[in-house]
Amino acid sequence: MPNVLAFAEARSGELRKVALEAVTAARTVADQIGGEVHVVLVGAPGIAAKAATLAQYGADVVLSSEHAGFANYAPEATAALVAARVSGGDYRAVFFSASQQGRDLAPRTAAKLQRSIAADVTSFTVAGDSVTVTHPGYTGKVVQTLTLTGSPAILSLRPGAISPAEKAGAGRTESVAPVQDPGAGRVVVTETILGDSRTLDLGEAPVIVSGGRGLKAAENFKLVEELAAAFGNAAVGATRAVTDEGWRPHSDQIGQTGRLVSPDLYVAVGISGAIQHLAGMRTSKCIVAINKDKEAPIFKVADYGIVGDVFEVVPALTAAVKQAKQSSH
Amino acid sequence: EMDVNFKIAPSGLSVDETGLKWDMSDFDGYAVEAALQLTEKLGAGEVHVISLGPDVVQETLRKALSMGAAKAVQLKCDSVPFDPAAIGAALAAELKDGGYDLIMFGKMSIDGASGATQFVVAERLGLPIVHGCSKLEIADGKGTARREIEGGGELVSFPLPAVVSIDEGIARPRYPSLKGIMAAKKKPLEAKPAQLGEVNLTVAKMELPPPRAAGRIIGEGAAAVPELVALLQNEAKVL
Ligand SMILES: Cc1cc2nc3c(=O)[nH]c(=O)nc-3n(C[C@H](O)[C@H](O)[C@H](O)COP(=O)(O)OP(=O)(O)OC[C@H]3O[C@@H](n4cnc5c(N)ncnc54)[C@H](O)[C@@H]3O)c2cc1C
Ligand SMILES: Nc1ncnc2c1ncn2[C@@H]1O[C@H](COP(=O)(O)O)[C@@H](O)[C@H]1O
Repeated sequence: MPNVLAFAEARSGELRKVALEAVTAARTVADQIGGEVHVVLVGAPGIAAKAATLAQYGADVVLSSEHAGFANYAPEATAALVAARVSGGDYRAVFFSASQQGRDLAPRTAAKLQRSIAADVTSFTVAGDSVTVTHPGYTGKVVQTLTLTGSPAILSLRPGAISPAEKAGAGRTESVAPVQDPGAGRVVVTETILGDSRTLDLGEAPVIVSGGRGLKAAENFKLVEELAAAFGNAAVGATRAVTDEGWRPHSDQIGQTGRLVSPDLYVAVGISGAIQHLAGMRTSKCIVAINKDKEAPIFKVADYGIVGDVFEVVPALTAAVKQAKQSSH
Repeated sequence: EMDVNFKIAPSGLSVDETGLKWDMSDFDGYAVEAALQLTEKLGAGEVHVISLGPDVVQETLRKALSMGAAKAVQLKCDSVPFDPAAIGAALAAELKDGGYDLIMFGKMSIDGASGATQFVVAERLGLPIVHGCSKLEIADGKGTARREIEGGGELVSFPLPAVVSIDEGIARPRYPSLKGIMAAKKKPLEAKPAQLGEVNLTVAKMELPPPRAAGRIIGEGAAAVPELVALLQNEAKVL
């Protein structure tokens, strides 16, 4: 009977939320077809201890590969390991996250297996020999329904599209040796540079406060940071105008050529709402815009808009959010 | 170019191309520019460009030639399959004997947005691949790159020949000069049939996403803040 494989992404020895999303997706398909969920977990020695969490979300078997060379992402050795598991087993589907790492690992593994990949999918249905998925194309301007034929189906899931759901799996564990030395790939990650770890990642934060050129200077981003801090569960984003100026790093950029995000709440501060920016955030559940120009295009997509000066409105909003948070405790 | 009048074709399987202008996709523009800057900096080598598709892609190829590429190849097919595996197979077949030191892709296309084609080519050619380079340096037969990850970056090193795909951050595409446009008319653009690979991923339907409900401006200045907070709490329930 075919099983389902998921890749569990970890960083610095911790599972990422997207790992649980992939396992949850695999559990859904395994339950439908009556197979098991197998999960591949790689990392530096110690990572195997995370198997218990994966089991809570539905892993029947956790295949852990511990190696010092897996401390940084080892693209070739990781893909080789997953590909070897896929070829050596009977899998109906293989789930990756379309996280930044998954956007490398998933197509890399698919290419190794000489299989097609449905990338960055927002939903999926397995029926018979085919898998039907939805996938945003043309930078979110259209929703494409795609049919992927053949087994195993290789998919990467847009972060946040699936909510991790606890559902206990058998949780057997197995340790597997790398099939290729993680320290000896041609492509070597020599250093992982992490920014300010106090802030949430844009892909995972329920709230994003984003700043545009209307903030006028890098130091004024403290207004945005303070508002984000008031929400408590917010990440800070920016427009390309801002990253071009060097006020924020490119990794904060939201839009067509930056990150594509879909938080519960997106607060656009001093952002005009150019089409390329909207491409990255228009699927947010609730959008708030603060801009002094009432004709700014951002107001066309904003659920709630305030016409006004960011230097006046944002501090007032920060204070009000702080107060609202306090009284709800 | 898809800013205006974006519609789905009556078939429901593709975008209505009437009134749309074909152009190089964003990341491919960055890749072409990065390639040109590399040869300029190294003072050696040429940039060749390749595109798979119907004759409209010749326009894109001419643009790259007018930016400074030396030679172009069109892998001709009437309609482009969606499956990156099929496209990548055709590109790899053409690139196999090219003897290139570096094969550069955009991080992802605009229409398909899979970010997968480059991996198919690398695998078929047996070359290392670095995906999503926001910085790239080539020296002494080796490359170093930076890739963006959530909240940071990764520094990567790799040997040549290699495949790389380009993210934003390296270079913005230059505008072709008049001289460049004139010169491009005389540069070779060869068209040959595409040897597409097997197609296992197809489009069943294309739709416009549901439109957002019209928003509203709730007021002006700091005076509107209490109402906003009330709406976030009671109506949107996000606070
Ligand atoms: C190929 C390509 C890719 C691109 N990719 C992206 C992308 O990924 N992401 C992205 O964001 N952009 C992208 N862009 C750029 C995009 O076209 C816009 O230039 C950019 O989004 C504008 O950023 P902005 O809104 O911060 O600046 P502006 O457009 O300059 O808007 C600033 C806004 O601030 C308001 N303002 C000014 N002062 C105040 C004040 N005191 N109080 C309140 N409001 C004020 C103004 O009314 C204005 O609306 C791309 C462009 C191209 C060509
Ligand atoms: N038809 C094509 N012709 C040439 N290059 C292509 C084609 N389709 C995709 N590519 C390249 O592959 C990259 C990734 O495309 P995709 O896998 O569709 O996201 C693009 O940025 C291009 O560099």
